[in-house]
Amino acid sequence: MKTVCLYFQVHQPWRLKKYRFFNMGKDHNYLDDLLNRSIMQKVARQCYLPMNALLLKLIRENEGRFRCSFSITGTAIEQFRAFAPEVLASFKELAATGCVEFLAETYSHSLASLASKEDFVEQVQLHVETIEREFGQKPAAFRNTELIYSDDIGAMAAEMGFRTMLAEGAKHVLGWKSPNFVYANAIDQRMRLLLRNYKLSDDIAFRFSDRGWDQWPLTAGKFAQWLASEETPGEVINLFMDYETFGEHQTADTGIFEFMKELPQALSATGCLEFATVSEAADRYQPVSVLHCPHTMSWADEERDVTAWIGNELQNEAFSKLYGLKEKIARLDNPDFDYVWNFLQTSDHFYYMATKWLSDGDVHSYFNPYDSAYDAFINYMNVLADFIIEVDKALVAKEA
Amino acid sequence: MRVLMFGWEFPPHIAGGLGTACYGMTRGLARNGVDVTFVVPHAYGDEDQRFTHVLNASEVEALYGSTGSGADDILGNMSFIRIDSNMVPYLSPEEYADYHERFVKSGQSTWSTTDAWKQRYTFSGKYGANLMEEVARYAVVAAQVARDLAGQFDVIHAHDWLTYFAGIAAKRVSGKPLVVHMHATEFDRSGENINTQVYAIERAGMQAADRVMAVSNLTRNIVINRYGIPAERVVTMHNAVRFAENSSAAPERGVDDKIITFLGRITYQKGPDYFVEAAAKVLKRMPNVRFVMAGSGDMMNHVIRRVARLGIADRFHFTGFLRGEDVHKMFQLSDVYVMPSVSEPFGISPLEAMRSNVPVIISKQSGVAEVLDYAVKVDYWDVDAMADAMYGLIKYPALANMFAEKGLEEVTNLKWNNVAAKIKAVYEEVVAEAENK
Repeated sequence: MKTVCLYFQVHQPWRLKKYRFFNMGKDHNYLDDLLNRSIMQKVARQCYLPMNALLLKLIRENEGRFRCSFSITGTAIEQFRAFAPEVLASFKELAATGCVEFLAETYSHSLASLASKEDFVEQVQLHVETIEREFGQKPAAFRNTELIYSDDIGAMAAEMGFRTMLAEGAKHVLGWKSPNFVYANAIDQRMRLLLRNYKLSDDIAFRFSDRGWDQWPLTAGKFAQWLASEETPGEVINLFMDYETFGEHQTADTGIFEFMKELPQALSATGCLEFATVSEAADRYQPVSVLHCPHTMSWADEERDVTAWIGNELQNEAFSKLYGLKEKIARLDNPDFDYVWNFLQTSDHFYYMATKWLSDGDVHSYFNPYDSAYDAFINYMNVLADFIIEVDKALVAKEA
Repeated sequence: MRVLMFGWEFPPHIAGGLGTACYGMTRGLARNGVDVTFVVPHAYGDEDQRFTHVLNASEVEALYGSTGSGADDILGNMSFIRIDSNMVPYLSPEEYADYHERFVKSGQSTWSTTDAWKQRYTFSGKYGANLMEEVARYAVVAAQVARDLAGQFDVIHAHDWLTYFAGIAAKRVSGKPLVVHMHATEFDRSGENINTQVYAIERAGMQAADRVMAVSNLTRNIVINRYGIPAERVVTMHNAVRFAENSSAAPERGVDDKIITFLGRITYQKGPDYFVEAAAKVLKRMPNVRFVMAGSGDMMNHVIRRVARLGIADRFHFTGFLRGEDVHKMFQLSDVYVMPSVSEPFGISPLEAMRSNVPVIISKQSGVAEVLDYAVKVDYWDVDAMADAMYGLIKYPALANMFAEKGLEEVTNLKWNNVAAKIKAVYEEVVAEAENK
């Protein structure tokens, strides 16, 4: 019996509006309300609502045999509340079935794990509180932003009490080893790792609608055969992907919903595959080995590293200026400022500043509202500069 | 006296100083009783099949909104001819080729660059595949214009290299004397790595001309030494500056910090990188100051990266390309204006800053340094001196006030009327010479 672990990432950043030098000092509304609302409502219509309804139906029809896991960022939840409360309600309905596990992550989908332990812990705690409040589950498993992982990050998460963590099944880390087993963190071996099978995950997330792909069209039956066959050895097959794959990256007319609808049936028809949530899958098997990962990796881009967010001068400068503010924010201890501080940390802002445009240029430009990395940087720094001024003013007022 | 003038741009649709200068100059000429027919290229979309447009000033205003002049009848003796062309100022042949290629790739019938931080260029299938072709096409049309207007002008005046072939063609057709105006040379734009085609056109234009007007002694020397034009045919004609009377109320300041501004195209010629280095030095000593770089250009991304690497991006801001009222607003928000040009034939923007009561720092390598006393002058490469000057003007209000007050007085006395009178005298000379031949 092999276990299939379906995990979906739900995230929306708060997008910044065009914020010019002339706005500084006068205008402290940094967000593009219209854009954020229209994107949230579009994605809700095309993905979140129909897919949640489908998953709910599958869970009820399969009487507990269909199970899956989610992590939903704090900024996405804030936007559900603001623009699409029915989406939040439908996630709560999923939570109530008992067949869906919610994972912890960074509240703002941030890069805090690369900044400092203190920032990281704070972001995760904030998220855990939010998930508990919204879904009534205390997360036991953890996934870091964009599956950013290293031995140290895994150990930090273990220290926070998590026993399972997700990571990329990156070739340069695994070498000859298979992602289809449970591994353990190299520093704290109580921490179990589930590694994404990027080939099978991307067959759904990226290649599903690609007519140039020799396996097109992908049907649930065919996919189930792949999972069941000798070609996919191992104990647990981890299919991790953006939730927006369903209806958004792969639009409804590609047949992605039909594929999902038939998947549970097709899997059980093989007689050797069953679904499990992240924590269940990690509990079910013993780790086969520790995974050594001294350098930071992620699930993004061909390099599977963090250079999509950190690395060029623009990103480094924005990152250091942002986290340089940390101590002042803590002293200020004011929810209005925390709110801005949180959404400014979202990794998407740094992603927009990437200047590597080779094989992954398409993916980058798909998610990017700016014409260039430089525009993104200018706009972000204008916002940040104004925020710094406001923080300083508020601190003077508070400590006077 | 009647003059047929070839320019590239005219307010309010301008990308740089040339349009502003042409506007002031033509108004000054009109006041001195000179009739001006102004020919400008103008890019139309594909829907527009007209080729040349003859307009009077009021029609231009109707098309573009007010040209900012307020009510006066002087523009009554001006007429405009607009030629359908996308010859655009401040675009190098290389950039033109790049944009044209992107236009072709786009597969659309018209294409405009849409970058929000930059200025806008329009391309369509009927324009030349390269800038040189477009210059030649413009010259053919200019010859036709000169033929059509035969007997209606006494002298031809062409501004900068893009229009020199047009000027030469008009001279051949009409036999009237030609004056060419050097607002910038290829050496100013490109340093030593000049585009030889552009250089050749500049030289041909000046050789064919009866007089060359240079906007400063600096430019006059380049014209004589590097283009080999006989000194007696080259006259210096410093620019002046014209201000709209109604200066709007100062915008409310958003930030308390002092603001030091660079405003211009972010290109090699303007020395933006020296401004950045000086800014980093000042920021080490002084916390309450911010730097603004307003404009766009081919060095912008380079400058942004440098600012990021120096770690000053929270105090160094970019506005992108500014137009119209925003330029004015930017001057009014500034406490110090810096023009660190590596090579600036004239440089009108410091005058506009001084008019807004802003003390200015200018490079010694600028033509405007020849006409100003109340400006701090530094070598463009001397970032220490530049940083010193910035620091001093921010730190010591008495110094800044002195420069601002005296500077305003000084700049108010630079009038286009006086310059236009000198230009008119040159016209009269060349016309007399032509008659005596």
